[in-house]
Amino acid sequence: MLGWELPPHNSGGLGVACYHLAKALALKGTTIDFVVPYSAPHENIDFMTIHNATRLSPLERYGMGAYDSNFLMDKYDAEELGDLKDIRSVQRHYSRYIERHIEKNRPQYDAIHAHDWLTMEAGIRAKQLTDAPLVVHVHSTEYDRSGGGYGNPIAREIEYQGLIMADRIIAVSEVTKGIIISQYGIPADKIEVVYNAIDPNSLNDGYEYDRRTYTYLESLKSEGYTIISAVTRFTIQKGLTNLIEAVAKASEKYDRLALLLAGDGEQRNELIRLASEHGISDKIFFTGFVRGKQWRDAYRVSDIFVLSSVSEPFGLTALEAAHHDTALILTRSSGVAEVLHSIFTYDFWDVDRLADQIVGIATSNALQSSLKTNVLREYARISWHDVAEQLVTMYQRQRVEQIA
Amino acid sequence: MSQRGITLYLHVHQPFRVRDYTVFDTALDHNYFFDPDPISNRNNEKIFHKVADKSYRPMNALLQKLLDTHPDFKVSLSITGTFIEQAELWAPDVIESFQNLVRTGRVEIVAETYYHSLAFFYSKSEFEAQVEAHKNKVRELFGVETSVFRNTELAYNDELAQWADSYGFKGILAEGWDPILQWRSPNFVYRPEGTENISLLLKNYRLSDDLAFRFSNRDWSEWPLTADKYTEWTNASYDQPLINLFMDYETFGEHQWADTGIFDFFEDFVGRWLSNDNHTFYTVSEAIDANEPNGNLSMPSTVTWADSERDLTAWLGNSMQHEAMQYLYALEADILRTNDMELISDWRKLQTSDHAYYMCTKWFTDGDVHAYFSPYSSPYDAFLYYMNAIRDLRWRLHAHHKTGGLSG
Repeated sequence: MLGWELPPHNSGGLGVACYHLAKALALKGTTIDFVVPYSAPHENIDFMTIHNATRLSPLERYGMGAYDSNFLMDKYDAEELGDLKDIRSVQRHYSRYIERHIEKNRPQYDAIHAHDWLTMEAGIRAKQLTDAPLVVHVHSTEYDRSGGGYGNPIAREIEYQGLIMADRIIAVSEVTKGIIISQYGIPADKIEVVYNAIDPNSLNDGYEYDRRTYTYLESLKSEGYTIISAVTRFTIQKGLTNLIEAVAKASEKYDRLALLLAGDGEQRNELIRLASEHGISDKIFFTGFVRGKQWRDAYRVSDIFVLSSVSEPFGLTALEAAHHDTALILTRSSGVAEVLHSIFTYDFWDVDRLADQIVGIATSNALQSSLKTNVLREYARISWHDVAEQLVTMYQRQRVEQIA
Repeated sequence: MSQRGITLYLHVHQPFRVRDYTVFDTALDHNYFFDPDPISNRNNEKIFHKVADKSYRPMNALLQKLLDTHPDFKVSLSITGTFIEQAELWAPDVIESFQNLVRTGRVEIVAETYYHSLAFFYSKSEFEAQVEAHKNKVRELFGVETSVFRNTELAYNDELAQWADSYGFKGILAEGWDPILQWRSPNFVYRPEGTENISLLLKNYRLSDDLAFRFSNRDWSEWPLTADKYTEWTNASYDQPLINLFMDYETFGEHQWADTGIFDFFEDFVGRWLSNDNHTFYTVSEAIDANEPNGNLSMPSTVTWADSERDLTAWLGNSMQHEAMQYLYALEADILRTNDMELISDWRKLQTSDHAYYMCTKWFTDGDVHAYFSPYSSPYDAFLYYMNAIRDLRWRLHAHHKTGGLSG
């Protein structure tokens, strides 16, 4: 399995997804060689063999300082990693490591499983050298990362090559499958949708909600306020300007609303300015980066969680929010919206609809509590074991097809 | 004609900067102004010590020396309440040195709002309360009465002059801004439009800003500025009675560091100016007493001493600044009703105009000046910390006084 990161050395959701996915596969008896592009101990991983492709530390692999956002559970963003040239050189080292490893050990793999454009070249190389089928797992595309644009042509070309050379493609949602078809011209029957899941056990670690973390919001709640939140990076892809517009509109109809924006990013100042232009600065709470207790309490203090992304291959934050007892409003372009039913959805640009949904949930206790309760039931059914089962079946089918 | 006089007026001020006051402090920790981080740029104590060493101590020593050496040397000072509180906490010797200056009888204290606020534009009653508080503090500390008024940032208009006139002040200070003055010179005394008794002194901004802003600027064609050259410039208006040099006190040592030669320059210049028998220094009151108004002057719109626009846009130019001030002043009635002196004092410290100034986003030509004066990494950070402090005020009103209602 070719990955770019694993917790705790992850900068985003890619590492989290890879970790859970590999763990569930191992529990089903799969033996995994997992390659990461850096050297660091992974003390809590004993279910697979981790290979360090370079001597770089987890931070150095980017050729820049820390982009530390462990609290972020959505997809990986190559643009955040700085100069592409540096990534390119790490990618070359990574491929060379794979070549040497295969030549030296002559391993017999049933499948090569590569995650995102970062490892696709290495995946192609491994396929050539071992003759094992190549599975390319798409957690996000350059199209998503550029907020629905063309993006970086080099990344785009690598993605295209990887998708062409793959024997099988996994998309994390129908949304992503649609992008692979329309943006990269790949035939639909080559792509299988395998949704991400959530491991509730990883969230049951003795955490208890602390009312004092967001004392002011708690006192607003006791005054009858409804707390809306987004836990995300502040980038164009996340569609937060629309969320602020919607909160401004909703406030005209129903005043007792507050918006908690947990996270940080290049768009922060624009969001602050936009809020004050609408005269709702005192309704919006900026926390900056949050992690640990502050991160979980951010979900827990919220009544409504909004995933406002313009383009979101999956959106694990929505499942985390569901775990913490919130009502969900998701854009239709978020993959996670495909696996949940007790939610509201809207088109990312449809500010009026979002405002209407916010007011609706805020003004009806019955609606709010049934959304919370029902989504809590739904999210728990989405399990990594099902994901592993799907993958094992896929590996076996590929192997059979290849022999036949 | 009486002697030509320089009216030197220096403004002494330090705000209580808001520390990095986050959402997580709001409603839990009511300390907005005392940063526990000793090296933070929001640590008021650290900054006060620094400025005291660079500016207040050496400049007061120089002023004392000039007063001792030259019987005709005079100076006027406005000293804000927030400065005095900080000096009392962290540098009582600085207070004493100011008291020594005032004791010479040739140093006049100018009236202003205690909290260096923009209250005049939001609440007349709050504004008057702060003017009274400042008068009382000056009386208590220096044993003198004030009779000439300056508003925060020299923000001035006809309405303010009319207020000061009816309040009993005999003089008021403003910027001598060309588009207002047109053919008239700032080197005369004027009578504000619609007033009976009050006189208006106008800042000679060219000669003032030569020191305050340009003195150490090596890109300035006149750099380096020598006492000779500056004396020559002051002589250009030989037929006019006054030269009003108004500037921040911190020009000496803080804005222009000692190694720029500002102290030596100034000492040199004072001696040179007074070497002419027809020359003297005036306090602001003396300048008014010595000169009849040279006609009426009207400034219907507010004029300040800041930036190339000379308006309030550095403080009230963007939506964040407007919103923050509206939220703050909306609390007035509820806050005052509590009689909770700590709460009232925190609310008033948040009125200091510097807070709004730190939220200024007009970076263009004035950008460098603002960047220099802001302790925050961006105006947006300044805004967020300030908003959290306002929310905490609301929370205190609500929790302790069952009033005001939270809002969010």
